[in-house]
Amino acid sequence: MANLSIEHLNKRYGATTVLNDVNLSIEDGEFVVLVGPSGCGKSTLLRMIAGLDGASGGDIHIAGKLVNTLAPAERGIAMVFQSYALYPHMNVRKNMTFGLKFTGVPPTERERRVTEAARMLRLEELLERYPRDLSGGQRQRVAIGRAIVREPEVFLFDEPLSNLDAALRVSTRVEIANLHRLLKSTIVYVTHDQVEAMTLADRIVVMNKGCIEQVGKPLDLYYEPANLFVAGFIGSPAMNFFEAEVEGIEGGRARVTGAAFRTLDISAASLKVGDRLTVGVRPEHLVRGEAGAFTAEGIVELVERLGEASFAYLRRVDGKMFVAEVRGRQTPAPGETVTLVAASPDVHVFDASGLRVATETR
Amino acid sequence: MTRDQRARSIGVHLVLIAYSLLAVGPILLVVMNSFKVRSAIFGSPLTPPDASTFSLIGYEKVFRSSHILLYYSNSLIVTLVSMALVLLFGAMAAWALTEYRFRGSTALALFLSIGIMVPIRLGSVAILNMMRSAGLNDTLTALVLVYVAQGLPMSIFILSEFIQQIPKDLRDAARCDGVPETRIFFEVVAPLLRPAIATVAVFTIVPIWNDLWFPLILTSSDSTHTVTLGVQQFLGQYITDWNSVLAALSMAILPVVVIYVILSRQLIAGLTSGAVK
Repeated sequence: MANLSIEHLNKRYGATTVLNDVNLSIEDGEFVVLVGPSGCGKSTLLRMIAGLDGASGGDIHIAGKLVNTLAPAERGIAMVFQSYALYPHMNVRKNMTFGLKFTGVPPTERERRVTEAARMLRLEELLERYPRDLSGGQRQRVAIGRAIVREPEVFLFDEPLSNLDAALRVSTRVEIANLHRLLKSTIVYVTHDQVEAMTLADRIVVMNKGCIEQVGKPLDLYYEPANLFVAGFIGSPAMNFFEAEVEGIEGGRARVTGAAFRTLDISAASLKVGDRLTVGVRPEHLVRGEAGAFTAEGIVELVERLGEASFAYLRRVDGKMFVAEVRGRQTPAPGETVTLVAASPDVHVFDASGLRVATETR
Repeated sequence: MTRDQRARSIGVHLVLIAYSLLAVGPILLVVMNSFKVRSAIFGSPLTPPDASTFSLIGYEKVFRSSHILLYYSNSLIVTLVSMALVLLFGAMAAWALTEYRFRGSTALALFLSIGIMVPIRLGSVAILNMMRSAGLNDTLTALVLVYVAQGLPMSIFILSEFIQQIPKDLRDAARCDGVPETRIFFEVVAPLLRPAIATVAVFTIVPIWNDLWFPLILTSSDSTHTVTLGVQQFLGQYITDWNSVLAALSMAILPVVVIYVILSRQLIAGLTSGAVK
């Protein structure tokens, strides 16, 4: 088990920059999830940690050792691929032991590790089967088993659940979480699914366009997104944004107005009159009411019923849409005008450059 | 099936049957007539041998008057060795050209693809000169070298296409597992290429086995003749011994058919068991 540190990592293909000055430090035993939209560079970053892609600049240390020029097998990593990447012409046992032959693990030790991994992943019955005879979930467990028997310092997962159906995804997610608890190993996990990120991670790294936007604990990202991108990316449906402007400042408090919501009063030392802001409120923090710290009105256009909650899509005064979560059986009807309010801790304010404004609403 | 579909299906099958007859007919004619007496070959070439016309005289003459077994083994050696080398080098080159980016890799791929477009026979004189100065004329090695050169471009082209279909993740997984590059090729990639290799093998051996041109210009002594060249001695300017010619040809067809049957089974087995995801 080991820590992992990445310093000033760059990756360019010709003129396009895929990763731009990435710095990240991962503790021993930590479960870190890299999350971001497709093309944000998260998979590239993972492949560079694995040594499958070379860096254009910067350093990667695993367990304190500079690994820039080492081959994947010498880095003490094991990778689990989205496509499982099982060797189709080898049975499960052979799939797991194939690599060990080349890294000098004696046969008895190989056997012990396979037995151990098979027990952990409930693969005992499947050891003599071929990948084509296994279901998607079983294949993914074999792929994880193949990683475990290598006894790596760091596990790398590249969207391991994307090819599974919804039910299997949930159960495999739980298994991976259990595995981490058992092995206490360092894990770097790439996904575009924020539910996976939130449920599995000790810390989440949100990436966008080759840069790290924010690193933090799941709930910190949810409650205190550092910028507009993270605010919009974490949470589903996405956070509602309202354009706003500082109208006046009185006694350390700023009066913020916008076309689509009632004037808001926030504390803000750094704000000036005329500053352009973005006010963000999550759909699940909007409730029906008359007046709150944040109040907005809208005409219901569409209601999506999910069961425990429904999402109402509302047309605001300025013509744009926003979403509110409605709990319970009573959902607003399309065409109805609804007033929604949010409490002050749930109102996020971002400045013109998209950064979070440290503020306290009243 | 609707009537329309059935009609179309019958139509398609009629065309296919007609084509099959066209392709198999001459072969059938050769085999059939090789078992007949000379007068029956000319008298009624289209009827199968019966009690009065049946004769093994052609086969007897072939075995008695020529070194047919030697020709046979020459043909087999040349064909199989060439095939093995074409497959080995073809697969390795295809792997290198698709998997690794190195200086000049595009130029090299282009150079090899020129080999598909330019017929090797255009270089016959140069090849003959080269073999002479290398002291290789009238050897089976010369034939093997020429056939390897002839077969490589196409096999690299076909195998490259197949290699590109092998998921990249498999190689990456093997690399993470610590499998050396050569073992990745021989133990991960090559087994998955089995159907492609069977295809290329068929494409490679048929023209080599049937080739008359290079044995004719590169071999001169009886000991290096191949079957196709050996048959020629029965074709005279004034008299052609049709019994022997047909018998020798029938025998020459046999190994190709056998190899094809074996490989086509491989091909089907490979296609059905290669599932990756």
